[in-house]
Amino acid sequence: MNIITRVQDSLYRFFDGDVWYSFTQSKTTIIAAIVTVILMLASLLAPFISVHNPFDPTNLNLMDSFTPPVWSEDGRWAFPLGSDDQGRDLYSTILYGSRLSLFIGFASVAFSMTLGVSLGLIAGYLGGSVDAFIMRVADIQISFPGILIALLIDGLARALLPGESHDEVMVYVLILAIGLSQWVNFARTVRGSTMVERNKEYVQAARVIGVSRLFIMVRHIMPNVMGPVLVIATISLAVAILSEASLSFLGVGVPPTQPSLGTLIRIGQDFLFSGEWWIVIFPGITLAALVLAVNLLGDWLRDALNPKLR
Amino acid sequence: MTEALLKAKGIARYFDVSPPLLNRMIEGSERQIVKAVDGVDFEIERGQTLSLVGESGCGKSTVARLIVGLYKPSGGSIEFEGVDLTALNNRKEEAALRGRMQMIFQDPYASLNPRWRVSDIVAEPIRHKKMFDKRSDVTRRVGELLSQVGLSPVDGEKYPHEFSGGQRQRISIARALAGNPEFLVCDEPTSALDVSVQAQILNLMKDLQREYGLTYLFISHDLAVVDHVSDRIGVMYLGRICELADTRELFSNPRHPYSRFLLDAIPDLDMTGKQRIPVAGEVPSPINPPSGCTFHPRCPFANDRCKSEQPELHNVGGTRVACHAVEENRLEPTG
Amino acid sequence: MSTGNQQPLLEVRELRVEFPTRRGSLIAVDGVSLEIAPGEVLGVVGESGAGKSMTGNAVIGLLPSPGRVESGEILLEGERIDNLPYEQMRKIRGKRIGAVFQDPLTSLNPLYTVGEQLVETIQTHMDMSEKDAKTRAVDLLEEVGIPSARERIDHYPHQFSGGMRQRVVIALALCAEPRLIIADEPTTALDVSIQAQIITLIKKLCREHGTAVMLVTHDMGVIAETADRVAVMYAGRVAEIGPVAEVVKNANHPYTHGLMGSIPKVGHEVERLTQIDGSMPRLTEIPTGCAFNPRCADKGPRCMVERPILEPVENSFVACWKFDPEGTGA
Repeated sequence: MNIITRVQDSLYRFFDGDVWYSFTQSKTTIIAAIVTVILMLASLLAPFISVHNPFDPTNLNLMDSFTPPVWSEDGRWAFPLGSDDQGRDLYSTILYGSRLSLFIGFASVAFSMTLGVSLGLIAGYLGGSVDAFIMRVADIQISFPGILIALLIDGLARALLPGESHDEVMVYVLILAIGLSQWVNFARTVRGSTMVERNKEYVQAARVIGVSRLFIMVRHIMPNVMGPVLVIATISLAVAILSEASLSFLGVGVPPTQPSLGTLIRIGQDFLFSGEWWIVIFPGITLAALVLAVNLLGDWLRDALNPKLR
Repeated sequence: MTEALLKAKGIARYFDVSPPLLNRMIEGSERQIVKAVDGVDFEIERGQTLSLVGESGCGKSTVARLIVGLYKPSGGSIEFEGVDLTALNNRKEEAALRGRMQMIFQDPYASLNPRWRVSDIVAEPIRHKKMFDKRSDVTRRVGELLSQVGLSPVDGEKYPHEFSGGQRQRISIARALAGNPEFLVCDEPTSALDVSVQAQILNLMKDLQREYGLTYLFISHDLAVVDHVSDRIGVMYLGRICELADTRELFSNPRHPYSRFLLDAIPDLDMTGKQRIPVAGEVPSPINPPSGCTFHPRCPFANDRCKSEQPELHNVGGTRVACHAVEENRLEPTG
Repeated sequence: MSTGNQQPLLEVRELRVEFPTRRGSLIAVDGVSLEIAPGEVLGVVGESGAGKSMTGNAVIGLLPSPGRVESGEILLEGERIDNLPYEQMRKIRGKRIGAVFQDPLTSLNPLYTVGEQLVETIQTHMDMSEKDAKTRAVDLLEEVGIPSARERIDHYPHQFSGGMRQRVVIALALCAEPRLIIADEPTTALDVSIQAQIITLIKKLCREHGTAVMLVTHDMGVIAETADRVAVMYAGRVAEIGPVAEVVKNANHPYTHGLMGSIPKVGHEVERLTQIDGSMPRLTEIPTGCAFNPRCADKGPRCMVERPILEPVENSFVACWKFDPEGTGA
């Protein structure tokens, strides 16, 4: 069988399997999946479906600020959901902001997953003092709240980097910060599963064949421990998006010229009771919907992958 | 007289199961060592099958893992074709020698990686040893191996869970043969299988042995199976060998009291209606074995010497027995 | 199949156990009929997937969900028990039917002492004060061969070895004086020498208490030593049922014959063990006609179309067209 037929065969097995079946049986999960896909697609296509690019200051005109949504008395089609205090179209900003939030979310999950899974595999397989060291580092880190760690790294970055390069690297600092606050979850789960798998006879068979420890960890054990990792990754994504929103809300997240959903909420908060309600409500709904949908998907995935519930 | 392919000399394996340091300091308890294997000697000649048989806790599976390198011995040496594997410092040389040994495991469900396709599983030794350059050669060889163990080459594209226990064990055998080994350690390969499937696998293993001149170390708890496959048998109890004899000799004239009781305990399929006196008591815990000869609490022939002095293997005819009563001629011969 | 003139203690008639799944219904037990006389030991032997454990589970009413009895009848001392509501079945379980399962580790609750578990069972089914129940428990433990029963009754399961635990489980099964015990692989997890002890114990107790046993196992040796009659199951059906000496030494059904030949026996030197090619069909792929026909050397056209019924052959009953007057049609 060549690679193409193998991929076809794997796809066929997936859609014939129990996991997909349980997906099709759960209306909640299907809706959650649809919402997630719509939001992700929309944010990906942001440049094509926005009114304008809100991150480009040349598009902004302060005269346009505080325009209400289109269905209100003073609304205009150029600003379907209204505009914020800088004259940015809210609809476009939500799209671009979601894109930024999602980018940071996925990137930080990818980072923490890579770091966590690797450390978990190493700690679980090698055991002994390596395991003890990694787990103590994890224990120490987990005793701090995630936001605090992110703030710490954020603050360090601001102090160490010269002012102008700030905005460019801010996004990457955020990814690092949020990623570092999440890796322990991956590492702990993977370590536990690795310790179970390493005593199984297929691993012993591989050792007798004489393959290297790295080969065993990556090619033999890793595929067998990834199930729970997917669940944690999904939940981590929701946490990462919220973390980024929280940091931006606090003013230490994304640069103010590239607002994300969190920034918008912060901005809008000031104007909520003076009548310009749309600046906080629409981004808030989007954020809530996104995080809820991702969480529901994670819930379903965990139950679907649990062999005891089948 | 052929030189032995494999020699185990006084191999031992101890496990430290002591409570953690803190507990020991607070409770004042001692270190606890389990002597899973406590001085085992045997040789296997090329093309022959030696079986190690015994009940749970006797250490036979640990011996298997010591021989194949999954555990490092706490003592003693293992010689393969005269080369002491435990003393080798050269990794390459050790890898080359070990590449001529393979192992088949007991659990057909856990011994194959559930995420790998069967062809990859069987090809692993081939790829590791880089036996072929071209991919097509590897595929062809995997197909040959699968046919040889009674499966079809197209089974290579399936996953292990699509096969029954007996078929999975065949896949394990195909994988073990893929690297062209000379020596196979088989750890209870049929214990988890149904009787009719066991017959197929045992027949297969005998056929392969004949065809390739393989040497087997066969571990089992089932004396009937062991009778069928072995040339020589070692009976183990609590980490030591009690009796080491040719198969026919062991079954017609068992010498060690434990061997006799084990044979007696085999259910009687011929339905001769013979009465038997089952062995009293159970295998003691290996953490705190009895003093002297570890079998003495259950042995009707135990005397004071047995309680204090551990017997060594000595020759009686072609058999080696570790028993004071046999040495002192206190036992009536059977059969 | 008749066990003489007495009314049989247990009667299973055309039992069918099904497992509905999303891919269709799996039939684990397909029209099984057997009888157990009072005080008799019936062995139910078969390989994995043959349906023997399911039959035992159905009798005691402990089918794992989503399994259910789809048709057929189970009668205990003449009364139907397969259609009883949960509460009534619960009263029968333990009092009239006892159970011994394979794994002594999980059969006992690790959080309660052995004495507490025995007393609880005794008091549930028999009208006794706690003191009397405890006395009875000690007596039972002594009967099953636990040394120092009076002290050990207050020990927890983990303080017993495997063989001792299985003895406790047997005591538990016997404590309400049931007429029938379902023993599902009671010796499989034990060492050979302990196995011999437990088999001897079961035989002795059943003789002394007059309890019948349905001994479910894959181990023919245990059956040969313990059972009076044996039923051989294949793919959810009974292939052969008869006195144990006859089935073991002169098996009629080709499957039983092949099975006995594939068991290695000490002292019988053979170059190759009898091998039945192929394997037991999966529940989803049972052939039409006789389930064994793809692997049978004696099959004829009739075997591939018509499912054989149990017919008398000497003292046994065999489900094979070879023994039918009309033959296999070959």
